[in-house]
Formats: sequence, structure tokens, C-alpha cells
Amino acid sequence: MQMPRPSADILARRASIVARLRALLPADAVIDDPHETRAYECDGLTAYRCAPLAAVLPRTTEEVSAILSLCHAEGVPVVPRGAGTSLAGGSLPTADSVILGVARMNAVLEADYDNRFIRVQTGRTNLSVTGAVEADGFFYAPDPSSQLACAIAGNIAMNSGGAHCLKYGVTTNNLLGVTLVQMDGTVVEIGGPYMDAGGLDLLGVICGSEGQLGVVTEATLRILPKPEGARPVLIGFTANEIAGACVSDIIKAGVLPVAIEFMDRPCIRATEAFAHAGYPDCEALLIVEVEGSDAEIDEQLGLIRQIAARHDPVEFRESQSEEESKKIWLGRKSAFGAMGQINDYMCLDGTIPVSELPRVLRRIGDLSREYGLDVANVFHAGDGNMHPLILFDANKPGDLETCEALGAEILKLCVEVGGCLTGEHGVGIEKRDLMVVQFAPADLEAQMRVKDVFDPAWLLNPAKVFPLAASAPRRAS
Amino acid sequence: MSSDTLAVLRPETEAELAEAIRLASGPLAIRGGGTRPIGRPQPGALLETGALTGITLYEPGALTLVARAGTPLAEVEAALAAQNQRLPFEPPDHRGLLRTGGEPTLGGMVAANASGPRRVQAGACRDSLIGVRFVDGTGTVVKNGGRVMKNVTGYDLVKLMAGSWGTLGVLTEVAFKLLPAPESAATILWQGLDSASALRLMAEALKTPWEVNAAAHLPDQRTMLRVEGFARSVAYRADELAKALAPFGRSVTLDAEETATLWAQIRDVAPFHDQDGDVWRIAVKPSEAAALVARAGGEALYDWGGGLVWLRVGEGVDLRARLGEFPGHATLVRASPETRRRIAPFPPEAPAIAALTRGLRARFDPRGLLNPGLMDA
Repeated sequence: MQMPRPSADILARRASIVARLRALLPADAVIDDPHETRAYECDGLTAYRCAPLAAVLPRTTEEVSAILSLCHAEGVPVVPRGAGTSLAGGSLPTADSVILGVARMNAVLEADYDNRFIRVQTGRTNLSVTGAVEADGFFYAPDPSSQLACAIAGNIAMNSGGAHCLKYGVTTNNLLGVTLVQMDGTVVEIGGPYMDAGGLDLLGVICGSEGQLGVVTEATLRILPKPEGARPVLIGFTANEIAGACVSDIIKAGVLPVAIEFMDRPCIRATEAFAHAGYPDCEALLIVEVEGSDAEIDEQLGLIRQIAARHDPVEFRESQSEEESKKIWLGRKSAFGAMGQINDYMCLDGTIPVSELPRVLRRIGDLSREYGLDVANVFHAGDGNMHPLILFDANKPGDLETCEALGAEILKLCVEVGGCLTGEHGVGIEKRDLMVVQFAPADLEAQMRVKDVFDPAWLLNPAKVFPLAASAPRRAS
Repeated sequence: MSSDTLAVLRPETEAELAEAIRLASGPLAIRGGGTRPIGRPQPGALLETGALTGITLYEPGALTLVARAGTPLAEVEAALAAQNQRLPFEPPDHRGLLRTGGEPTLGGMVAANASGPRRVQAGACRDSLIGVRFVDGTGTVVKNGGRVMKNVTGYDLVKLMAGSWGTLGVLTEVAFKLLPAPESAATILWQGLDSASALRLMAEALKTPWEVNAAAHLPDQRTMLRVEGFARSVAYRADELAKALAPFGRSVTLDAEETATLWAQIRDVAPFHDQDGDVWRIAVKPSEAAALVARAGGEALYDWGGGLVWLRVGEGVDLRARLGEFPGHATLVRASPETRRRIAPFPPEAPAIAALTRGLRARFDPRGLLNPGLMDA
């Protein structure tokens, strides 16, 4: 993975840049000791590492503004960082960049149940947003798997999703307003505790812009009343195609489950060996969760049972208790951990039209054999967001490269059948050079124009999202 | 909308539309079905998208639909209804309110980000929009998003196009995620509440787990909540809501048929169709809506649990002076062209936001051809 060569001029000015940052901020907010900056050398994509020039940990929007203003004046690139859980290298630094981490900004500023919103500083973790309101019967809907650790800042940057977004949408559908600090230090308020922010939908384009348009320091988020209850069923099938057809039939029947999760045989076997969730030994299984009162849940599950019966399931397990519900989810939630125990793995994130599921799974199987690496599939079937896990051995020379090549083939396949490279993880550096598979030059140009407006000097997270060749003329200026 | 002396361009393909923009020598007034003449009046030659029609992809099992921008909304809704599906955001028909003819198109609906009562639960038009193709002001075709409902590949220009009123580009194709149509629906109705009580009732209702998907209060002091879903579920939730909100007075529950008629009226702001005066559309923090209306005067229809206020006032009144600063924004949607020249229909923006808006327009439409100034304050 190529990154731009760091600026010799900036590296030469390192001491004075750090001194100027120290003059702006409390002593503990600037980190430049090489032992300590190593903590910021990578994010969740650990295959790529580079220590930054320095890391700064501001506590207020004013401090963020002062830092950006200084870096703007000095021409120093800034890489924003939430909790550093990105799987796409979204907060990978370069040696000439300053990491701006918002982890210390984690306060709840306001929770308002009459108007159903919460305003938080964006270093707050996803799960602790729900934590702040659940005693009062509310929750924050987007639930990425990393929700215990990941920060709202990163959720906004990547437009994070989760298992329950079939019903509740992703981050952009639950974001009402932001305080955004632009690269030149300008602070703008966009939207607020009302629906529809007004004017051009700047909020919509900021969400998912991977920290390239500004640093979001505060966010107004929509919160929802908790459902009365929720219950999953587990359905096992003799073939991936049949499970796929069942998903389609459930959706067509008018049931809208909050989640439909899919696992294939390699994934079922691995998680069963790891978590002993009691999953049936079958080719494919679905976990379908519905919400409501007991009677409402019974009615929806009755319908799902009828639909599933048409597809000759080898198993239909309806949870009868809290304990059983947990067990049904246990395997799914341990899937990544189980894979990690067997091997190193790379998690892909392409989305495909649900109708293409059988064809794509078959083709992934072919590619897996061709490249000699195993692939296990676990994904959000209701919305077509796949997570093929490619297993490899990081200690075996050449294996990572083979894995990346296979990953690229699978993502190209997703685009070819009408889908996209990434459904919820973001482009970062990981899929940057594949963007040309999905977008024509004019499509990328239109996106880069937006960055030109927000960050004319291309100093914010500059080497991400766009192929380096495409962004080179802008980054050079 | 006087265009008698100017050309009318009506391209039949995306390529023709791109060509028309490349060759344009002056401003273009972009028009879908011509049902929403909102914003500063547009003097340019008419560029109509009404000939770019047709559903290009509909997959009920994947809950997705793609269609060309000039496709009549009615055609799409009929196709969806045949499969028991629908657009989640309940798009309004503005012809009665704005006293226009024509046929609402998908492109016009997206350009206006037009969203009805269900917005309070299911999100706005922009939340269901998953892909666009458009031609920018240089005549270049751009695509963004796609036909899958989870997609974070690159910047989300899909959202940026929704509600941009044709000022950044002319839409040629739009893609949506859909929802199943419910088996049943019910409305719980209270009569005679003042607006402050009605707003409290709606706030309490939207805090419950019973999935209220519309909440409105009309000028005739009717206050209404809607639930939709499987029949037994609807009956259960309507009953629970009536019990929980009994302190606000006795309610009656209306059936699915009455519910459909009633909410179509609210969606289309029917109470103001035959009334004189200008109409403003105000997005506001719901708990401040009643005080805001008291300051503004006029007659109010509250939708979205109070988050959206349709306000009818005298002709030519500049409401912004009366509203002052508040959490939200106000748009003048129905007024004579003279009034819309004198009073900015779209709200003023903070200087830093105005600078970003200007910058985006300058890059997407460098020659200032596309509905120039329509959204200007």
C-alpha cells in the first residue's frame, strides 16, 4: 500500500511545529515522544503502520479550532482520529502529519426526551450514547460491531451501520446536526435539534466523508424509544441459494425484521468450534430478529415460520427465553473472534443486490479455491452488506499480498453485479485504489470538488478515499 | 414561470440533456412536472426533464427501485402498490397547496426533498434515496451511490442532490430503498386540544414503544396519531396509545380507510388549499413550535409531532422579522412571484455556511446556469 512521501520541509520543522502546538494546549494534550506517538501509528487495519509527527488530544471545540488553524498556517496535514477502530485505515497517519484525536471529548451535553435527541461531544463511544439514555427507555440506533469501543466521531466520518440498520438506518439517517471545525479553524454549526437541516444538505455530505471535510466535535443525534421486546429465530438450510431465497421471500411478505444475519458453512463450523452456540451443522443459516410486544413478535415469527417452511429448513429454532436468545446471537457475535483464533483474517465489506447472493457466494467459492485461501461468509443479508472473511497467515511471506489480491477480486465482483466496494467500513486506504472500478473519472472529480470547497489545500486526511494518482494534482498544490 | 418568449428544452435522453446544458448560453429554469414553483422566480429558458421517463429496475425482493427522473410519481406508486410496497417517506402532492397543474415527477420530488407525515419515523426523501445520476452545470454526467441500501463508497453526493432544487445539477435517474406496505393502519384522534396541549400529547406519544409513525395537529384543533402494521398489532398499539394518553381526553380510533384519506389531506396541507394568504414551512424543535407560532401569528398546521409547521399568514408578510432567532428555519413556499422577489423564500445562512454553499455551486455549476439564485437569501 503506497502512501505519499512525507514532506522533508515539514519533518525539518518538526520541533518548531510541536513547540507551537504546546503553546496552544495544556501540557498533557501534545504527544511527540516517539515511544508515545507509536500508539497512533495504526488503527484497526494493523497491517499498515506509520508514527505521526505528533498527536494532539484537545478537550474543547476551541482547542480543535486553534490546532487546525495552526496546522493550516504551517501547511501540516492533519489526520483526525476517533477511537482508532477503523478497519479501512481511515486514521492511518503519515510521518509528516499531526494526529488529532477527539477521545478526551466525551461529554453528554444535553439529552432531551421531549424532542428525542441527545447532543454529545464526538469522542464519546457509540455504546455509551445509548448508555446515557437507556435508563429512561431510549437508545441510539446505529450499532456497529465495534460499538463498545468506537467513537461517534468515527461513526460520522465513516457513516457507520450495524446489524439493526435494516429497520433503523445508518448514521446519516440518525444524525441531526454537527459542530464542524474546518481546516482553517472556522467553526460552523450545521443542523440541530430539528428535522431537516435546511439549505443544501451539507450534513449529508459531511457524514461519510472520512474526516476529509472537517473535524466534527459535537453531534446532535436522534434517539428512539426502546421496543417492548425483541426475539430472534435461527433457521438452517441445505444451501446458500435457499437461504437467500428465504430472505427475499420474508422481505416480500411485508415483515420488516430489525436484523437478518447470514452465515455460511465455513463460518458456522468455525464459530461452533469456538463458541459452542449449538448451531446446526448445515450449509447456511439465518438469524432473524423481530421486535414488538409478545403478541406482535408471535405474529411476525409465525409468518416467518410459514415462509421458511416453504424452503425446507433443516432447523427452525425459535427462542423461548432470554437465555436462548443470547445463545442464538452468541455464535454470530463471536464469528470474528472465532476466525481470529484460527488464523489472521481480512474482513471485506462490499454490498450486493440481495438477488445476486447465490451467484456471488458461488463465485467467491471459486475465487477462494483459485487463490488457495479459505473464505468464510457472515453478513447482513437483509441489506446485502457482505462480510467475507479471508483467512491467511501473516507470518507466511506473500500470504498478505495474496489475500489482498483475492480481496480486490471479491470487491470487483460486488461492483460487477451492481453493488459497491464498501457498505459500512469506509474506503480509507484499503479500497482507495479500487475506487476506479466503481467510479468513472468524472464521478471522482465531482467528489473531489467537494473537498476543494471545504479544504482547498487538501490538508485533512489527504491520502485517503481517492486513488493517489487522482488526488495528486490537488495534494501537490 | 413565464416562458412564452423563451425556448423550451425537453431532452429525451441523458445525453441530449447533457448536450443542452453544454450548449446553453444563458440561465436555465429546471422543471420536472412544474408542480412546485418555490424559491426566487426563474427567468431562464425552460429545461424540462418530463421526457426522461421509465422505471429501469424494480426488485421487490431487494426493496429497491430505480427510475428516470422524469417518471411520474403516480406511475411509480402504482407499480409499487401492485407489489404491496411503497416509498417510505410518503411524498406529498403540492398541487393543491401551490395551485399548480402538471404531474409530479420523481426528479422534482427529490430536488425538493419532499417528505410527508411518515418522515417523523421513516426519515425524509433523502434518507430513502440511495443513488443518483445527474448532469452538472458543465454538461458532465455524474453518478453517485447506486442501487444497494448500504453504501459508503466515496462521498455521499446523493444527499447533497436531494433538496438542492436543481441548483447543483439536473437529475436524470434516481434510486430508492422501499418498504413493504402495511396490512392495516389506524388513527387515534382527539378533538378540541389547544396547540400547547397537542404538542405535549404528540411528544408523549412519540416517546412510547408503539411506533407512532405520524403525529399532527390541525387548525380545527384535531390532534392525530397514526400506527401502521399487521392488523392485530395496529389494534393493540392504538389501544395502548389511547389508554396511555387518556389524561389528554377521550379519543376515538379511525379505521384504515379513514386513516388513508385523513393523512393524505395532512400530507398535502389540504386545510390551506382554499384559504388566501402566503404559506410558510417551518422546521423547528417541536417543544418550541407553539411559542413560535404565537409570535408569528397566523394559522398553523403542525406535522411531524410539531417538528414541521405549515403557517398561513397574510400576503406579503415578511415573517422572518417576527420569528427572530429560533432552533430551525423557515421557508416561504406559497407566495406571488412579486413577493418571492422581495422576500427571500429560503432562509439566510450563517456566513461560513453561505461560503460553503457558494463554493459548491461555483464548482458544480461554474457558469451559473442551473436555476441561478433560486435558493438565494
